[in-house]
Parts: sequence; structure tokens; C-alpha cells
Amino acid sequence: MLKISNVETFYGKIQALRGVDLDVNDGEIVSLIGSNGAGKSTLLMTISGVNKARRGKIVFNGENIENKQPHKIVDMGICQVPEGRRIFSRLTVEENLRLGAHANEKGKHFENDIKEVYDLFPVLRDRKTQRGGTLSGGEQQMLAIGRALMSKPKVLLLDEPSLGIAPKLVNQIFVSIKNINKEKNVTIFLVEQNAKKAC
Amino acid sequence: MEKKDIIQSFKDSLFTGLIALALFGPIVGLRTVSKGEGLFITQQWGVVFLLVGLCILGRFLININSARRTEFKIFSTISSKFSSITEDKAKHFAITGILFAVVFPFLPFTDRYFMDVAIMILTYIMLGWGLNIVVGLAGLLDLGYVAFYAVGAYSYALIATTFGWSFWICLPLAGVFAAFFGILLGFPVLRLRGDYLAIVTLGFGEIIRIILINWYEVTNGPDGITGIPRPSFFGLPFKRSPDEGETSFHLFFNLEYSTMHRIIFLYYLILVLALITNYFTLKIRKLPVGRAWEALREDEIACKSLGVNPTNTKLTAFAIGAMFGGFAGSFFATRQAFISPESFTFIESAIIVAIVVLGGMGSQTGVVLASIFLIGITEMFRDLEQYRMIAFGGAMVLIMVFKPKGILANRKPTILMHGDKK
Repeated sequence: MLKISNVETFYGKIQALRGVDLDVNDGEIVSLIGSNGAGKSTLLMTISGVNKARRGKIVFNGENIENKQPHKIVDMGICQVPEGRRIFSRLTVEENLRLGAHANEKGKHFENDIKEVYDLFPVLRDRKTQRGGTLSGGEQQMLAIGRALMSKPKVLLLDEPSLGIAPKLVNQIFVSIKNINKEKNVTIFLVEQNAKKAC
Repeated sequence: MEKKDIIQSFKDSLFTGLIALALFGPIVGLRTVSKGEGLFITQQWGVVFLLVGLCILGRFLININSARRTEFKIFSTISSKFSSITEDKAKHFAITGILFAVVFPFLPFTDRYFMDVAIMILTYIMLGWGLNIVVGLAGLLDLGYVAFYAVGAYSYALIATTFGWSFWICLPLAGVFAAFFGILLGFPVLRLRGDYLAIVTLGFGEIIRIILINWYEVTNGPDGITGIPRPSFFGLPFKRSPDEGETSFHLFFNLEYSTMHRIIFLYYLILVLALITNYFTLKIRKLPVGRAWEALREDEIACKSLGVNPTNTKLTAFAIGAMFGGFAGSFFATRQAFISPESFTFIESAIIVAIVVLGGMGSQTGVVLASIFLIGITEMFRDLEQYRMIAFGGAMVLIMVFKPKGILANRKPTILMHGDKK
């Protein structure tokens, strides 16, 4: 489904990725484990098109995406939950979710999609009108995942979902990730430092 | 409040006084006076000590206030009460405000001078609301907003004087031109944010002004454009003796001729234009593009990863903000009947940015309050001539001391719970 071959990404003159090869098949949960600065986040950003690969190929469902703009890639069905959650802190929970649906907000399924996200993370429904910044770390992570799901991705890229979150909530989040994979049939590519959870 | 705190803040105030002395000593204390055969220095230490004393006292009061004990919290209670009133009753406040604005020209104390000031304040409110789209919603600090104001004014003036088209045709055209310039500015600065963006937009504002001064063949250079047609009331001009075959406003409605008719008409014109700007902003905030602006202000990378196209989002913000600047510009041109590059200097941009920032970024009501406060105060002190800018600066300092996030700092969510009436 997602095939990455010999990708090299640079920040200016500094090379962050050297010849990365990786395959993610339909329906899988693939985890990538590595230490700080190994280039995990860079790889995700390269797949999303936020950083461009200087060399190599990224093929998604038979189509080359390495030169596509980020919003085109989201339209095709790859959505990223960025590291550190990056929710819009001054916007409410529901506004955050609506932004996740930006790529298909005109779609008729919006009401249904948002209901599914609320069913997956009921706490978000209770906090619908609260500002994103007032949520706890774990809730923000749920919001970030829910927001990404609103774009109806085929592949969900998750960047360190356990970062800075209470251990109890970490378990809950990983259970949800498994659910998303199984029930919604979303392929998941996960990047973690927390090796135990990633297995 | 403990004794220690008082001594501490007293020391701090004395230190402030020392700095004030160092500044005011040479600037105010020593003054050169020319007497016949040369310059002499006169000393005026009395004024210096008065100023230094004021600084010490002011600093002391601020210190005591910020100690946050109940008995000294007068200022913050007043201001928080004030903002809670305006937030809770935002709708009532807005409706009362609009009603007042509608009846204002017919109030007994309203004279020509009040009307002129009101028109000026409304122009700044409209500019503030226009810039609020760019700065408040999209978070792009634009220090050259006056450029679009100028483009609108000159487009109107040039089209109206060359082709003789009416105000109502020229107004949208001026808006389109300004929006086009907004996109023109938008393209090169797409990758910039924050300080860097501010510097480039500052430059853009100056470029437009300098082009207006130097492109003599088209813009008539520093002499400006004169004889810009006045707007007519749906085809009825405001003239004492209309040309042959024309009916003027006062004849049509059987009124006695008065110059106030035109002023009142201009007042309502800018009021309607400003309200359209406001209505448009409030509506667009609930649409995907408006939400994308706000998201872009919060976090650009998150936006990209969610499929928001930052290029289009920024360009629409610049274009729409510029369009309203252009509308305001054409109003300015038709009101003054004369424009020159001198009306579009950097200080204008600075005032508009100040209105948006002091009002509380993104707050529509805040812009109104800040405009009334800043423009009103500067007008009230017009008798002081060149010292009135001190009043302007003082007003800014006061707002920043007591309401550091702006007069109305809170952003209201666009989605509310069911049954949650607000």
C-alpha cells in the first residue's frame, strides 16, 4: 500500500534520512522504533510531504507522491498526527475536529464522522466547546488522533502518541489505535520511542 | 500589604525616577533659545522635577496595584468588570452600539465637528475590522495595510476622474484592485511569518507610497488628485444649485439646502460599509476558510498535516483584508475629494495595527472600543496641536498596562453547545 524506497531527506546541508526502504501493507500496524534524532519524525514529515525527499520514491496505492503538496497527499488518504499533538489551542474541540475534515468538509458524512470520533473518544464529546489548550495531554492526543480521522484516511501516521502522557492514558490510547485499525480498517504506521508499547 | 513590599516598591519607584531624570534632564531641562546673536541654553528644572515626580508616583501606584491585594485591585476590578459586561452581553452591547450609531446624527448635541470625528472613527473601525482578518484571524502581522487603503483611494480617484463613473461602480472596482494588490503582496511573503513578514509588509507599504509620489504621469505625484466626484444619493447629487436637467437631494425631498445632508449621508455610508465588513468577518469565521485562517495562526505544520493548503489560505486572507482596505480607501477619497500620498504614510498603518492589537487580536468589539479610545482621545486633545501625539501614546501605554492582551482579549468560539444562548 505504502512503499518507500531509498528515500533521502535533507535539512539544508544536513542529511536526516539515508536510503530508507520500508513497506506498509494494507490493514497492518507497522511500528518504527528509534532513539532521539534517528529521523523517525523526518520520515513521517517526508511521507506527508511537509519536508520533501531529495532522492528516492514514495509510492502510495501505485501513485508516486514524493513530489506532491501536503494537502494533495491528505486528499489521497494519508493523514499524520504530528509529534507533540499540535492541536489548535485557542480553538474549541469541535472546531479542531472540523479542521480535520477540512479536506472533505463539504462531504455529507461530516455529522456521521464526528459522531464516530466522539464514540471512539467519549471524553471529547463532553469537552466539545472547551478550548483545545485546556485539555490534558492525553485528551489532546485523543483530539489529535480524532482530528486526523476526520479526513477519512486510509493510512494514519502517528508520531510518538505516548509522548508526555500519563501511563494510564497511554494504554487507553494504544487500545484505541488498535480499534481504529481493526474496526475502521485504517492502516497504521506508528513511530515510537516507547518500545514496549509499540510491540 | 506588608511593610517589606512597600519599601521594595518604593525603591523601585526611586530607580524609575532616576531613569526619568536621565531622560528628561537633557531633553526637557536644557533648552536652546535663539536670542539675537546666537543660541543660549535656558534651564527649566522645575518641569523636569515635575515629570520625574510623576514617573515615581506612577511607578509606585503600578507596583502597589500589581501586589494583587484586594484593597489595591481597583484598576483590575474595573477593567475586568468592564470586559465581563461586554462579553456576557456582547450581543446587547453590539445592538445598543449600532442603534446609537444610527441615531447619532440626529442627537441634539451633534454638530458638524462631532460628525466629522464620528466619520473618522468609523473609517478606522472599518480599517481595523479589515486588518483584523489578516492580523487577528490569520495571524499574519501586516504593517503595510495602508498600502491597500491607498490603492483603493487612488483606484477610485483615477477611475472616477477619468471615466466619470459613479461611486457605486467605482467602489467595487477599487475593492477588486486592492484585493489584487493583496495577492501581489501575498505571493512573495508566503514563506514568511512573524517578524520577517512584518518587515516585508512594512516595505510594501512604503513602495506603494513612493510609487504614488514618483509616478507623476498617472498619480500626479505629490500634488495629489483633486476634484474627485462626491457620492450622490442614488443619482441625486448634494448640490445647492444642480446642473440643468438634474434634481439635487434637497429639491427632491423638498428640504432646505444644508451642507449637513452630505455629511450625514457620508456618515451612513461608512457606517453601512463598516457593518458589512463586520458581518462578513463574523460569517466567514464559521466557514471552512475562516477556520483555516485561525488554524494557520495557531500552527502551520499541523495545518499542513491536516490537508489545509496554506498558500490559498494566506492569499485569501491577504486578498479579503486588502479588499476591505480598498473599500475604506475609496470612501476616504470621495469624502475628502482630494487625495495625496501624504495621507498614506506609515503612521496610518501603525495606528490601524495599534487599534487591532489594543482591541485584543481578533475581537470585533475590541476594535470599536480601541478606535473610539485612540482616535477620540487624539481628537479631544487637538487643541494641544503637536502634543496630542503624547495623548495617543499615553492611551496606548494605559491599555497595555491594565489590559496587556488588549481591551477584549477573549476569542469567542464559533460553535456552541445546543441550548447555550450567547
